[in-house]
Amino acid sequence: MPRQTRRVVITGTGTVTPFGLGTGALWSALCEGKSAVGPCRTFDFSGFPTNLVAQIPDELFDVKAVVPKSYRKATKVMARDTELAVGAAMQAIDEAKVQTKAHESGTVTIPPGRFGCHIGAGLIAAEENELTAALATARGADGKFDISVWGGEGMKNLTPLWMLKYLPNMLACHVTIIHDCQGPSNTITCAEASSLLSIGESMRVIGRGDADACISGGAESKTNLMGMMRQHYAKRLVTSAPGEEPGSVVRPFAPDAKGCVPGEGGGLLVLEAMDTAKARGATAIAELAGFGASQSFCPDTLGVDPAADGQGIIDAVEAALADADIGPDAVDVIIPFGTGVPAVDAAERAAIQHVFGARAASIPLVTLTPSIGNCGAGNGAIAAAVAARCVAEQRLPARLNTKGAAGLDADACASRAAKVGTVLVFTPSLGGQNAAAIIRSIA
Amino acid sequence: MSARTPDGSPRIVVTGIGWVTPLGHDIETVWKRLLNAESGMAPTTRFDARTFPTTFAAEVRDYDVTRFVKDPKVHATAGLNSQFALGAASQAWKQAGFDAAPPRDPRRVGLYLGAGEGVLDVDNYIGSNLDAWDPATNAVDGVKWAKTALSRMTAAREIEQEPNMPLAHLAREFNARGPAYNCLTACAASTQAIGEAFSIIRRGDADVMIAGGTHTMIHLFGVTGFNRLTALSERKGDPTEASRPFSLDRGGFVMGEGSGMVIIETLEHALARGATPLAEVTGYGSSCDAYRITDIQPDGRGAAVAMGEALRQAGIDPNARGADGRPPIHYISAHGTGTKENDSIETKAIKRLFGDSAKDIPMSSIKSMMGHLIAAAGSVEFITCVLAIRDGIVPPTRNLKTPDPELDLDYVPNEARKVPVDVCISNNFGFGGQNDSLVVRRYQA
Repeated sequence: MPRQTRRVVITGTGTVTPFGLGTGALWSALCEGKSAVGPCRTFDFSGFPTNLVAQIPDELFDVKAVVPKSYRKATKVMARDTELAVGAAMQAIDEAKVQTKAHESGTVTIPPGRFGCHIGAGLIAAEENELTAALATARGADGKFDISVWGGEGMKNLTPLWMLKYLPNMLACHVTIIHDCQGPSNTITCAEASSLLSIGESMRVIGRGDADACISGGAESKTNLMGMMRQHYAKRLVTSAPGEEPGSVVRPFAPDAKGCVPGEGGGLLVLEAMDTAKARGATAIAELAGFGASQSFCPDTLGVDPAADGQGIIDAVEAALADADIGPDAVDVIIPFGTGVPAVDAAERAAIQHVFGARAASIPLVTLTPSIGNCGAGNGAIAAAVAARCVAEQRLPARLNTKGAAGLDADACASRAAKVGTVLVFTPSLGGQNAAAIIRSIA
Repeated sequence: MSARTPDGSPRIVVTGIGWVTPLGHDIETVWKRLLNAESGMAPTTRFDARTFPTTFAAEVRDYDVTRFVKDPKVHATAGLNSQFALGAASQAWKQAGFDAAPPRDPRRVGLYLGAGEGVLDVDNYIGSNLDAWDPATNAVDGVKWAKTALSRMTAAREIEQEPNMPLAHLAREFNARGPAYNCLTACAASTQAIGEAFSIIRRGDADVMIAGGTHTMIHLFGVTGFNRLTALSERKGDPTEASRPFSLDRGGFVMGEGSGMVIIETLEHALARGATPLAEVTGYGSSCDAYRITDIQPDGRGAAVAMGEALRQAGIDPNARGADGRPPIHYISAHGTGTKENDSIETKAIKRLFGDSAKDIPMSSIKSMMGHLIAAAGSVEFITCVLAIRDGIVPPTRNLKTPDPELDLDYVPNEARKVPVDVCISNNFGFGGQNDSLVVRRYQA
């Protein structure tokens, strides 16, 4: 049996990042070498080892302004993560020039039954103020929480749809309703690997003929109390000193790398079968030419401390190369996770050096976390959107902060024009899942 | 018959099954109790639910994960979801013969789970929130919160809540290094996981997959959430009578918990190593309602599409009849949650697809006995289909004493039924609109 029957292309990219709505805004900021890292605006995070995060300013993104008028009411039951997915999806659809139900007029471009949706999600944190306001009504005589009060009257202070805000598949639920995607839909929840795994699954679904197009990627916000705490416990959080320049704290692959900051962001692509995309006259931005996934051996079981040899990452990358039917020599640019967390950096470095041998030091890396932090389930898809831009613009964004990256081309530098034919994107996750994708120019 | 299907794809077989459920922790005990129409429901013990609208659940009792794993120290931090998953997967792994002779290449062994989010550290979480609550501003004080939370909560407990942690535990226990995914499409998750695992093997990206689901939502916030949605049964009296799928007086589902896990592999791989196929997976269909956040598409459009796709892939015409005059499907494992909406729309969808044959297909809901295992529901129901084929008997729908005149299919009320079963379909539909169906059939060389 042929392993892949249909080629898959990217016809639209949409991102919501701390630089605002749209891949264009992200791309400009990255090329200008900007960082969105700064003190958290919604909570005082100074009780954590750092109070720095990469947040989306309210003035740059308002989900109500993005959704169709008839859907504004439903934004009330969207968690932040869902807002990001909805915003990114709308951008991707617009860039792909796809007409959907959201446009409320005209003929839809892709038959709903042939339109799939795969959106990776994280562990969505409940809004603390909303929940605690309700919990506070259930204090007993001693001022402590009294479960018998909660079970009776207390819980009634939560809106009936409260839980629906926080189910991970609500990202896809809202997006599929807005754009009327009735094809296969899934919600991958593998921490930072979620969105690249989703992109891989869409590629397979289209490849085997179960859909002609998919909205695919992921979104997450980690700039909340639970997100901060879990990043701290997972040893991913940077320790920053007061007065330290916020934009300088995340330094992927640097000898003085000391961790990452939580971010928030979403990335979604419109993926289409090359045949049906051509038939509708779509312009492909790039081809999604290969995909691979694997599981790492985790010495600590949970993958907080990844195996230093990078074997799992190597397996995913090699599978993606084989799937694209290319060798490592064909890769021009690499976008790794690049968190600046020393243990994760070490595993990624080992993998790059193993796969690319002597070339490892001369393949330019693109590092995103100094600018936008760790966007959790949004990471891989945002990276894929950037990869598509690199291919389309024949340019590399600037790199920030890193000095003296051993054995890798990862030091700080300005944006520059470059020949970019083939980009490798990969993401390892907390938990040990790895995903890798090959994105290349349309031959 | 060859090791390939007519379209050239490899045939995929089930070689191991295992579960940890409210009715027990091994295949045969639970199967016997399902056939006896026993119930796993009782007053909730995991937290004090006495004043909640729903005071009962189907809990996994007396479960000890250390009986199942090679080295309990490796899994010392495992939360309930991971514990259930380890027990279920160990049974399946052993039955498949992999404990005696592990797969040669770990990179050809993948995992696809539909595991739920872990249980919050409820007391410390609520404590941290309330300590930091400032009634003057109606807001949580972040600095206070961080101080309390970091002194009370622990790394393992927090990280273990990530939905991909059961995956990490299983990968470690069985040294699986192939493609690894967790999906969380609410109540459809583990059916979707088995279906995507099937697709991964079919494409040649792995030889063996560990697939299934694991979940508990029997905790303060889980029950609060579903009670607020009024999705749970709030029946007074005997909890064993609360789950009433397809009955006129059905009033919501009953929360269960646990895990179901299967080992699936190519027929070629199974036969080459001398394993015994228990059944063959022949079809998988997936669709999305894209309708409303809270409601199912009223005509059952999405459910019918998922079932139809699964049948199409299995090469089954829903309107055909076999040589014995029977419909082409011999048993439907219903999603059958026992909510007004689900049971009536699922019935509609089945009629829409099977037409006149619908009434002749036995269909039951084991949620009437073991409750709703949420993300894990599909996996235990899929296993039920494998056992129905093996033993030629289908489990009943318990508590179906007052038929709903609108629901006129054969729901196998109250008593198990002996009937030859060669082909089954297993359905699950998630809150959020994802619908998934699997076709499983008797393995014939």
